[in-house]
Amino acid sequence: MKEPQDLIDNKSRRNFVGTAAIAGAGLGTLALAPGLQLIQVSEANTPSAGASSKVRWGMLIDTTKCASGCDACVKACATENGINETVKDPRQGSQWIRKIDLKNPKTGQEHSLPMLCQHCEHPPCVDVCPTGASMKRADGIVLVDRHICIGCRYCMLACPYKARSLVHQPLTAQNPEVPRGQGCVEACTFCVQRVDKGMLPACVESCPEGAMLFGDLNDPNSEIAQRVAKEKTTQVRGDLNLNLGVRYQGI
Amino acid sequence: MKRTLVGLAAILLLAPVCASAGASKPTLKIENPGQCIAPVAEMRVNHMEMLKHTRDRTLRQGIRGEKASLNECINCHASKVTGSVLGKDGFCQECHSYAAVKLDCWDCHQPKAGKLNVGQAEAAGVKP
Repeated sequence: MKEPQDLIDNKSRRNFVGTAAIAGAGLGTLALAPGLQLIQVSEANTPSAGASSKVRWGMLIDTTKCASGCDACVKACATENGINETVKDPRQGSQWIRKIDLKNPKTGQEHSLPMLCQHCEHPPCVDVCPTGASMKRADGIVLVDRHICIGCRYCMLACPYKARSLVHQPLTAQNPEVPRGQGCVEACTFCVQRVDKGMLPACVESCPEGAMLFGDLNDPNSEIAQRVAKEKTTQVRGDLNLNLGVRYQGI
Repeated sequence: MKRTLVGLAAILLLAPVCASAGASKPTLKIENPGQCIAPVAEMRVNHMEMLKHTRDRTLRQGIRGEKASLNECINCHASKVTGSVLGKDGFCQECHSYAAVKLDCWDCHQPKAGKLNVGQAEAAGVKP
């Protein structure tokens, strides 16, 4: 599978850059100051620049703060992403994020943590996808392109984190910005529709304990990058060398 | 010979009647006239191409806010009665039924207008 960067249609990118340059030049004549130009461009409904490989979105989850029995993140995820269908067999329900309680039988130490798509740098789901539907954006978010997903579920087998689900039934109550439907595999998207608008993922925003931190791992000034640099964090199944976007503390 | 000629004449006369007795031409109701992103002729021929190219750029490259957007199509073209682009007089379905082109968009996309995502609803200060 190609990296998303390779998939960029060079011609369309040139067209886009060209259009943006023309739009910028056109507005430049109207601009009073360099700062105003940007505002005008955004108001003129110019497309956003898109995902950049300079950014690596990541999440840091502090399991010492995560309360057992609390599922605020799971509920917020379901509301934001329109996961509201009732399934005949509960094993078929979509789980973009789920709560896990762990206990070390030897010491009795207990942990509670949310498990979701880990947004690997080297995602096994992308490796195995026979159609190229499973893909990684330039900014590290791993997605399913439902337009070409055939629902074979190979990615579900390949994922070490059990992060993906298949939709088994027809859906009608989707959120407009989160299309999802029968016969396609799906997983946590880091709430890509929100992240692209500069918002936080729904789960991070909803956590009453503030146990979830979202940010750009590549930006040395971001809180997440500073904490990952200074504090001990764990990647689940770090032995697989997948370089995960989601890191845990306290496990 | 005479019978054959009569038969042939009957076929020739009835042919246009039979053809028009099939599917009736779609009567599209434009809810917000004159606000489309391109002229009617271009939209009729190219709307699927516009949407296809935009969908790939949006999903794979994260480029948002392009001119062609399925959600914008819905918001503008949804029936003011049913709120949807589907249904008997729905903007999309009316034409696609006539042309016998199956619509797969709505297996995943929301065909009703006026629905807000949670994030948008929060920003607008309304309950989702």
